[in-house]
Amino acid sequence: MSVTNAQNAKNDDDASRRPEPAEPVLRPDLGVEKRRNLGVGSFILLCVGAFVFLFPFYYMLIGSLQTAPDTSIFGAFPNPANITGANYVQINESINLFRGLLNSGIFTGGVILFTVIFGLLVGYALAQMKFRGRGVVFGMMLLVQMIPFQLLLIPLYVMIVRDYGLADSYLGMIMPFAINSTAVFVFRQYFLQLPSTLFEAARIDGASELRILWQIAIPLVRPAIVTAVLLTFIGPWNEFLWPFLVTKEQSLQPLAVSLANFISNIAGQAGNPFGAILAGACVLAAPAVALFIFFQRQFISTNIGSSVKG
Amino acid sequence: MSLRSSSGNPVTGKPAGGPADRRLVPRKRKNFLGPQPLGLLFSAPYVIYVLAVLAFPLGYAVYISFHDFFFTAPRVKVDRPFVGFDNYIAVLSDPAVQRSFLNIGVFLIINVPLTVGLSLLLANALNRITRFKTFFRLSYYVPYVTASVAVVGVWLFLFQQNGLLNTLLGPLAPTPSWLVNSWLAMPTVALYVTWKQLGFFILLYLAALQNIPDELYESAAVDGGNKWVQFWNITVPGVRPASVLVTLLATITGANLFTEPYLLTGGGGPDGASASPVFIMYQRGLLQGNPDVAAALGVVLVIGVLLIALIQKRLVGGKED
Repeated sequence: MSVTNAQNAKNDDDASRRPEPAEPVLRPDLGVEKRRNLGVGSFILLCVGAFVFLFPFYYMLIGSLQTAPDTSIFGAFPNPANITGANYVQINESINLFRGLLNSGIFTGGVILFTVIFGLLVGYALAQMKFRGRGVVFGMMLLVQMIPFQLLLIPLYVMIVRDYGLADSYLGMIMPFAINSTAVFVFRQYFLQLPSTLFEAARIDGASELRILWQIAIPLVRPAIVTAVLLTFIGPWNEFLWPFLVTKEQSLQPLAVSLANFISNIAGQAGNPFGAILAGACVLAAPAVALFIFFQRQFISTNIGSSVKG
Repeated sequence: MSLRSSSGNPVTGKPAGGPADRRLVPRKRKNFLGPQPLGLLFSAPYVIYVLAVLAFPLGYAVYISFHDFFFTAPRVKVDRPFVGFDNYIAVLSDPAVQRSFLNIGVFLIINVPLTVGLSLLLANALNRITRFKTFFRLSYYVPYVTASVAVVGVWLFLFQQNGLLNTLLGPLAPTPSWLVNSWLAMPTVALYVTWKQLGFFILLYLAALQNIPDELYESAAVDGGNKWVQFWNITVPGVRPASVLVTLLATITGANLFTEPYLLTGGGGPDGASASPVFIMYQRGLLQGNPDVAAALGVVLVIGVLLIALIQKRLVGGKED
């Protein structure tokens, strides 16, 4: 933890330097800037918050390594006499972890692929092309984000599982999430920040729209692609309800579904049920958390003006 | 809400190719679709997707809810008679459904104010801190980016009968324990969801806080306003649009509740005390094979959420609109 901590502190320094270059050197609390002067109360609040948010994750890891569940206060600290990897073996025997990760990966990867390909196309068209019906497409993109999924649940199940016979298939899993409208919106916003004269010049030079998109626009919005991939990743990787309804066959279930089935059905039969659950939870959580820590900059910065210019 | 946002945007409702294509027959065809008609082709996959996978089922849901609908094997033609409001009557008179709406009410009363309050407080503190900012920010987002199924495991471990929380509470621990106590199950689920989603809402508030000009705080400080005065008179009104959005999104997320009652309280237990409407939809529609009733429940739920959202917008949004 301390390593990431130091790293974060470093990142934090350049992060806070960038937006306010004009700030005087006498930055630390001289009472010049009252707002920046963080009170003790706020700092304690932040620390308590960080503890409340991080402790369950720490406890998840500790619990997954315990031979026998220790729910006393001492159980929250690593105890060399009570450490084992057996829980990971146990969960892997009940639900094939590799298979689950692979299925989650295919499900998530499919959604990301569709979102990036078709999202870039429509995002570029909405931002830099003038055509009849653009307003309708734009309004549609906004409205779609408000459609509540619970209303689509039954008809989608009827259509995809019953009518199209796509139960227990990757396509059936992917379909309702295939193009993430929020990502489309992100693409549009980023493309909109590029000067339209750039594209007009390319058009006059006779470049086709596809070539403009591929050779000019996309290289300029790489951060948008990272942001959109991250945004999109969270959805299907963590999704439970839909793949749970669509996949009954265990060999096709994403890890979230097979772990949930383990929690609700099988866990009781395991020697150390909580250890096994927590071991599975660690495996499910690790890719998302790692990816997020690695790319946290892209996820947070909404203004990418500098990266476009740079 | 949605109508306003689409019509209010300058981009919408203004198809290209207006007065420019006057009387010029050879150019008219080209201009009818706008200067870059290829944009239609670029948009086509997305538009087709939205129509087929999102818009059509929306109408289909309403259709199912008004018919005697049941599952059949693929490509089997059966008669599905129109039954009017029968499914709606079945839904509204179902005690389990009524209970689930009560539950979701309890959930929202706890979850929404807590979410708005805590995320604004934390975002405000986070906005002012200069050291360790990334560490704090990151630690708040971690629950949001993690699968609920994974974190539910830890909460089960923490909140079980002889879990760490009850060990710490000692004699104050509730009996029966949190998740099997019919009074505490739903509040515990609400707390869990607040904790899980808070990072996302902090993100929204952080973006909103950037838009409040520093001068406002400076002049308030000159006038002798202390931190609380500044918070109530500058920060809270300054982020009001974000508060409307946070309230709305928290309500929508709450109404979608399924994973948590399914796993955390073992299927909406004890005795349906933490069953959510979506969980009942799953039970009625897919386990018991009554998709028509489940679809009607979905429609009722969405109408309920829309009504709540309208009320919230009035309460939180002030009088500006």
